[in-house]
Amino acid sequence: MARKRWRIRAFRKRRELAVCANRTKAIVEQDILLFSTLRNERVRLPFFLRYYRNMGVNHFLIVDNGSDDGSREYLQDQPDVSLWSTEHSYKRSRFGVDWLNWLQLRYGHNHWTLVVDPDEFFIYPFCDTRPLRALTDWLDASSIRSFSAMLLDMYPKGPIGATPYQEGQDPFEIAQWFDSGNYGIKRNGHYGNLWIQGGPRARMFFAENPERAPALNKIPLVKWHRDYAYVSSTHMLLPRGLNLVYDEWGGEKASGCLLHAKFLDTFALKAEEEMLRKQHYANSHEYKAYKAGLNDSPDLWCKWSEKYINWRQLEILGLMSKGNWA
Amino acid sequence: MTVGIVMLCHTALDRAAQVARHWAERGCPVVIHVDRRVKKAPYQKLIADLSDLQTIRFSERFVCEWGTWGIVAATQAAATIMLRDFQQVRHVYLASGSCLPLRPVSELVAYLDARPRTDFIESVTTADVGWTIGGLDLERFTLRFPFSWRKNRRLFDAYVRLQRRVGFRRKIPKGIVPHLGSQWWCLTRQTLSAILEDPDRSLIDRYFRRVWIPDESYFQTLVRLYSVNVESRSLTLSKFDFQGKPHIFYDDHLQLLRRSDCFVARKIWPHASKLYRVFLTEEGAGQAAAEPNPGKIDRLFSKAVERRTKGRAGLYMQSRFPNENWENGKSAAPFSVFEGFSELFENFELWLGKMTGTRVHGHLFAPERAEFAGGEEMYNGALSDSAALRDYNPKSFLASLMWNTRGERQCFQFGPRDLQDLNWMLAMDSNATISVVSGAWAVPLFKSNLNFSEIRREAARLQKIEADHLEILRSPWTKARVRIWNLAEFVENPMEPLQLIVDEISPRAMRRLTEAPRLADLSGFGQFLQNLRNQGMQPVLMGDFPVTDDFQNNPGRRGRPYAVK
Repeated sequence: MARKRWRIRAFRKRRELAVCANRTKAIVEQDILLFSTLRNERVRLPFFLRYYRNMGVNHFLIVDNGSDDGSREYLQDQPDVSLWSTEHSYKRSRFGVDWLNWLQLRYGHNHWTLVVDPDEFFIYPFCDTRPLRALTDWLDASSIRSFSAMLLDMYPKGPIGATPYQEGQDPFEIAQWFDSGNYGIKRNGHYGNLWIQGGPRARMFFAENPERAPALNKIPLVKWHRDYAYVSSTHMLLPRGLNLVYDEWGGEKASGCLLHAKFLDTFALKAEEEMLRKQHYANSHEYKAYKAGLNDSPDLWCKWSEKYINWRQLEILGLMSKGNWA
Repeated sequence: MTVGIVMLCHTALDRAAQVARHWAERGCPVVIHVDRRVKKAPYQKLIADLSDLQTIRFSERFVCEWGTWGIVAATQAAATIMLRDFQQVRHVYLASGSCLPLRPVSELVAYLDARPRTDFIESVTTADVGWTIGGLDLERFTLRFPFSWRKNRRLFDAYVRLQRRVGFRRKIPKGIVPHLGSQWWCLTRQTLSAILEDPDRSLIDRYFRRVWIPDESYFQTLVRLYSVNVESRSLTLSKFDFQGKPHIFYDDHLQLLRRSDCFVARKIWPHASKLYRVFLTEEGAGQAAAEPNPGKIDRLFSKAVERRTKGRAGLYMQSRFPNENWENGKSAAPFSVFEGFSELFENFELWLGKMTGTRVHGHLFAPERAEFAGGEEMYNGALSDSAALRDYNPKSFLASLMWNTRGERQCFQFGPRDLQDLNWMLAMDSNATISVVSGAWAVPLFKSNLNFSEIRREAARLQKIEADHLEILRSPWTKARVRIWNLAEFVENPMEPLQLIVDEISPRAMRRLTEAPRLADLSGFGQFLQNLRNQGMQPVLMGDFPVTDDFQNNPGRRGRPYAVK
């Protein structure tokens, strides 16, 4: 029972978390909860919280992994945020998964839970006219327990970092561009999830060893049950049925995207820091590749890049789908 | 005369109260049934909220589980109260708590006044319905269903199978012809009271109690016994998706709903505040006499169902990843594959592009890089020409290219030097047209500056690969349009096949070719093949190529473009 193992692991890791502000008493039935782990993301937080509050998230449950830039102080003062902090190893908590699995087990049961990083912005069909609750109500009515949202790397035109990101600003005013059609998909036989790779990171940093390119498949929105567990980031879940977010008989299930605001001026700094900390996946291989790539040619933009407009554009391009939601 | 509203509610009681008030204040009596499973506090609140209205009643509460008798019992009880307490009611309209009137109440009343004897109820014989859930139609009436379809699907199915096997059948009471239809109806007092006051009602009820989903069949069947004028359609706009659950309306459907001219719509999302605000305040907006016209909404929802069940052909993405051979269209659009042409002609790609106005790529699966048209390093959708990226997932590479360029026919070259992983995928794709000049891969070898032993080895390797490839193309599972010439027969008369290919790609052009691609100089090629043979390698895929240059001596065929009359 792999699932049990992950849950026991999460249970053990709970000791690593120290409470900073626990406002979970305010959570009521039906609330939509957002879970996140972060480190030194102060400048991003105001827009992040605003984005998800507007969408209809009711409560944020956040693990702060040793920030020293004021993130903790800022989050502590937010009325709808519950905050835990830890100085323990990000890597040894399997990149935050153990911590969040524990919080979800404890607080997420029977709630729709959204697990995102501070640089991931959830987009779903009709998100410009319907709040998140409309989606979760529809998923409930359709007996769907998990909702997929592929990670879509957004980047600016010109060198990364040419336009500095200002606190509170919409990051996609700077990182407006994305790759529309260079994604490779395989099926993971063991967990049943799809494994998607591609986008600007694959073509710029991993053209020679594509198997190392980061995974882009994500299942961030789940009607949580205390028996569930994320296995690896939000890429896959147990029980395996939750990973079947795709149709196998030619139809399309509804899905969304996570716009990834990684490639801003904050990126180079982050890459350097993460290289030193060696706390990332596969011995920070990703960051090594970025570092090498960033030094040579820092422009991810090409003439086939698409400029982001709205979810309908992503739907037409086939990156996400309305499924039978109309 | 007026219309009375029977409302069946189980959630979002605040919205139900809002709608009930709307009806009642405009002269329509309302009888509300609230599901027994709703807790006491919200029920009491609903009663309190509506206590100021004289024409609202609450009926005895039943448990209304989906597909069970409770819903019919609730309807009967509420309808009885309606007929007893409100003498001015001529039509009774059955609605749910999540229904919303779209047109002014006065228009509905006028519409029904103009049709005083008409019963609006969808009522179709079991043989004619195509939408039943679980594949049961007539068997709904002849089997027993003690297990819940929603909670105990396995038991439900097993019990149905068991009954089929032992040949169990319930007897349908005399005089009853099973009909099915939408649960939401509007019946006249005469018809409804005849059903409710039937002397045999206890018998009929006992029978329907054990029918599956009686709320879709009880009134639909009985109305046929008493009604003088059945109009078999529902006045409530209610669309079901492929799982049999109703589509839900949101604020962004406002314009669609407005233009539909339907009287009542179901089901409205309880938090769609704009819809509730607009439709419960707006008066006299529609055209008074308009017939309901749900066509646009029908189309919207049937498109959505199609998207869910069939999807977009050729799209592979996070929520559509069909099993092999269940793709419903392996690729997004028709495309052409050419094998041996660019080896045989010096400028084939340019020529074909010019003749057909399509994008002609080189060898997309060449070992060095993906040779995109025009020598591009990147292509539509930011597809990279890196061989490593492509070979890591060639299937996705081709699917992406076809999807990214949909609307514009793609042509590419292929040959035995290229990556062979997609052979089966290409052969089984009905969108593919594959034209092969077999053995043409020998021409570049012939022209190359390699040592003959290397040439020999390479020729043997390529011939083996192409032979395997051709075997796949000739297999009975091949769905692609395949045409194979051997080199000898093709060189004999190249114009005819070229004309065929061009016509096929741009059928409307239908003109004679005025310009042919330049054929490579093949003088000495026959001898080259003979040399291979002499060294013990048997070139077979080229056909019977003469050892001497006889065919090339044919004047007019060497070194210059073909003249076409």
